[in-house]
Amino acid sequence: MKLLYFAWVKEKTGTSNEEYALPDGVTSVAELIDVLKERNSGYSEAFSDHSVIRVAVNQEYVTLEHAVAEGDEIAFFPPVTGG
Amino acid sequence: MIRVQSEDFDLGIELQNLTRDNHGIGGLCSFVGLVRDMAGDDDISAMTLEHYPGMTEKALAEIEAEAQGRWPLDGTLIIHRYGRLDPGDQIVLVAAASAHREAAFEACHFLIDWLKTKAPFWKLEDTNEGGKWVDARDSDDAATSKWDKKQPAAE
Repeated sequence: MKLLYFAWVKEKTGTSNEEYALPDGVTSVAELIDVLKERNSGYSEAFSDHSVIRVAVNQEYVTLEHAVAEGDEIAFFPPVTGG
Repeated sequence: MIRVQSEDFDLGIELQNLTRDNHGIGGLCSFVGLVRDMAGDDDISAMTLEHYPGMTEKALAEIEAEAQGRWPLDGTLIIHRYGRLDPGDQIVLVAAASAHREAAFEACHFLIDWLKTKAPFWKLEDTNEGGKWVDARDSDDAATSKWDKKQPAAE
């Protein structure tokens, strides 16, 4: 799967995008976030408050309960501030 | 029509292009967002807009389609810039054209309200204390949700 990070989420994780193998047993966005948080302090900080993280799977907004699968493009970012 | 671009746009030319070939249009309403030179107590020397290529276009197209479904429109335009911008620069243009003014006004207002909370853009402001990511505002969510039950304008 492909993971993308934007704005301050990107700054905290230290990467804008990466290929990532879906870990065994991970089926939802929330479970994926829990695994990512364990990688290092940057990821841990980026995902410390779920309420300020927005998620898109294959470029559509989803909730944390949404399913994830190998091959998905999953993006993590703060609430949007365009316009 | 949707455009996501780093370069500036000419408001006059864009609006003329939107209505030029359709003389059934009786009203055209547009909104332009500009970079301010201050935010709260901070002086803003520049702003950088980041976006999510691919999803941005998709989200803007969905917003435009929603407006076209709610109001009798003869033309819509959304242009949003990304990259580094200076105070006074144009950030965004939304416009709606219709036979009558009510639909044009309402659809234009709707387009910018929905865009602000749904299109994946993020503003980084250069302040006297360094770069600051702009926080989303509750008032923007409220502006979006006020359209939840909004009825289309009467023709």
